[in-house]
Amino acid sequence: MDNLNALIGGFGDVLTPLNLLLALLGVIIGTAVGVLPGIGPAMTVALLLPITYGLEPTQGLILFAGIFYGGMYGGSTTSILLNTPGESASVITALEGNKMAKAGRAAQALATAAIGSFVAGSIGTVLLVFLMPQVVEYAVRLGSPEYLAIIAVAFVGVTAVLGSSRIRGVAALLIGLTFGLVGLDKTTGQQRMTFNIPELNDGIDVVVVAVGIFALGEALWVAAHLRRKAAEVIPVGQPWMSRQDWKRSWKPWLRGTAFGFPFGAIPAGGAEIPTVLSYTAERKLSKHPEEFGKGAIEGVAGPEAANNASAAGTLVPMLALGLPTNATAAIMLAAIEGWGIQPGPTLLSREPAMVWALIASLFIGNTLLLVLNLPLAPTWAKLLRIPRPYLYAGILFFASMGAYAANGQPFDLYLLLLLGIIGFAMRRFGLPVLPMIIGVILGPLAELHLRRSLQVSGGEWSGLLSSPFTWICYAIVVVVLLWPLIASVIRRARGGDDGDAGRGGAGPDGSDDDARDPLVSATTHFGRGGNPPDSTGGF
Amino acid sequence: MSDATTRSPQRVRDRAQLGLCAALAGLGVLILVDASRIGQATSSNDPLGPRAVPLFLGVALLLVSGLYLLDVLRGGRGEEEEGEDVDLDSRADWRTLGLLAFFFLLNAVTIDRLGWVISGSILFWGSAFALGNRHHIRGLVIGVALALVTFYGFAIGLGVNLPAGILQGIL
Repeated sequence: MDNLNALIGGFGDVLTPLNLLLALLGVIIGTAVGVLPGIGPAMTVALLLPITYGLEPTQGLILFAGIFYGGMYGGSTTSILLNTPGESASVITALEGNKMAKAGRAAQALATAAIGSFVAGSIGTVLLVFLMPQVVEYAVRLGSPEYLAIIAVAFVGVTAVLGSSRIRGVAALLIGLTFGLVGLDKTTGQQRMTFNIPELNDGIDVVVVAVGIFALGEALWVAAHLRRKAAEVIPVGQPWMSRQDWKRSWKPWLRGTAFGFPFGAIPAGGAEIPTVLSYTAERKLSKHPEEFGKGAIEGVAGPEAANNASAAGTLVPMLALGLPTNATAAIMLAAIEGWGIQPGPTLLSREPAMVWALIASLFIGNTLLLVLNLPLAPTWAKLLRIPRPYLYAGILFFASMGAYAANGQPFDLYLLLLLGIIGFAMRRFGLPVLPMIIGVILGPLAELHLRRSLQVSGGEWSGLLSSPFTWICYAIVVVVLLWPLIASVIRRARGGDDGDAGRGGAGPDGSDDDARDPLVSATTHFGRGGNPPDSTGGF
Repeated sequence: MSDATTRSPQRVRDRAQLGLCAALAGLGVLILVDASRIGQATSSNDPLGPRAVPLFLGVALLLVSGLYLLDVLRGGRGEEEEGEDVDLDSRADWRTLGLLAFFFLLNAVTIDRLGWVISGSILFWGSAFALGNRHHIRGLVIGVALALVTFYGFAIGLGVNLPAGILQGIL
């Protein structure tokens, strides 16, 4: 019951008027920015980073917790009312959500999304409370070889996510690792990739990378292809649900949570897979399968819950191991490092008050979100009509401010433009963004643990495989890397059905082919580096 | 979405992808050249030294650029990212991008001298103009308001690094 006591202590820290105000502020700003079209949760957090610079770590994290959940909720509002979603995790929500909105049931879609997010977020956070200290207890005993192995799994996990081409994922990862290399070598002080530019000696600030890739890159990409006529916004009234809607929603919420949390907690690419799994499961289990594709409420309730539960699950490796598994967590870790706090398994023992205050504020933020968003939905919907020139000019404005304020030097602005151009190119060529940002953050950590492992083993490479744990991790890496090969062998053994060849291997194979179409097109059309089926075997 | 339309071996679609392969290979070479200049400083404390990881990365980049090239030659194509406001049917609008880059760089050059309030206002107004805003006065008013609010809120209120520039003492 230590956890509960610590959590109650955390609530005690958070429940001051100032901190509650910060939580409220975080939720409002997070939702407002997240609702803006073209701004997903990761960009929301990246753009709002500067707010936390001037705050104490605990207060900054309270604000962040609100922004985190607010940004997620805002994203789902956008995808329901505008269709074309801003980020991969909301793709599935848009599938049924937008159909519901078009059929005049926008209010119910928003309500089931909001309440489902609340349910999933709350359950996810409770699971976090009990699971995270367990993971920490185990993790403090892990040595450098084990860490290196976990990071290897994370690298492979994020590069081989659903619906993406492996070669493009690896290319993105390598670009990120290259950026992580820049600066003085931490062990020997040698300059690497600094080109004698003194500003580069300390390395490239992760904040600048995140803002450059997510905010500037996205803004430039949209600017190059700006729709002359803004997409149609579906008007919405007060969200509410009938008895029937409740009856059809509560099971999908719980099932979505069950899919989402574990996938968030393992380093394997975030919310895409669980939202797809949840959608597929709901379609199979629904008593109204004919409504799927035309606006079935289960298809919004399940994936939305999966999305939020996965976000809560992400916090387990983030807080317990210092490992980010999605972009939002990566940026939050950057913020924590910005306060001079080293994330990792010792975080909980060194900064218990901060960690528990963060978790308590997740509960509070989540509740505030529900209270606030049901009545405010029509107001948020108005934000979708913001004139696009002002919207994207605003993103450029806040991106510049955030990058400059990180270190107070104009040099970072030039770097930001370079990174923005790289982010633009990645979107143009379908390179996924997540592996790159994970590479920047985890690359230096991987090198550190590699060198430490070899130091301990006296230069013997066998030192990297020092425990069964590392064997398991590398086995996972090998299986994921060789999956296309393994899958083709299995298929041949089954009697060679070539028509379904090589969809990256990770996709859920729904057996009912006719109903699968909207899902497949949604997941492969969305520009995360989808690749035509004939070329996925390349890596 | 059928396989028949996406399958076109022996024909490179989207030639710009070849440029990306070249860029990846170039990055690999750059890392290798940079790594070759690092003094070899292995010791019993650090058997690997600072060169090993860059060398590995450089080789990996060359390898991946080769595999990427193979993928492109076999007709592979990365899908461009979609979004709420993205219209992929239109060609990339380089004029808008050029103007945005210009105003962005203008801000980078002037921020220390003129201060955030002035340079930020120009950045907002200019970007909105580049993106098709023709209400110049309204754009400028919003820009100045945003710049003032962020300056007072962040620099004065939260102690974040934002320069006052020539308006030092006035603001």
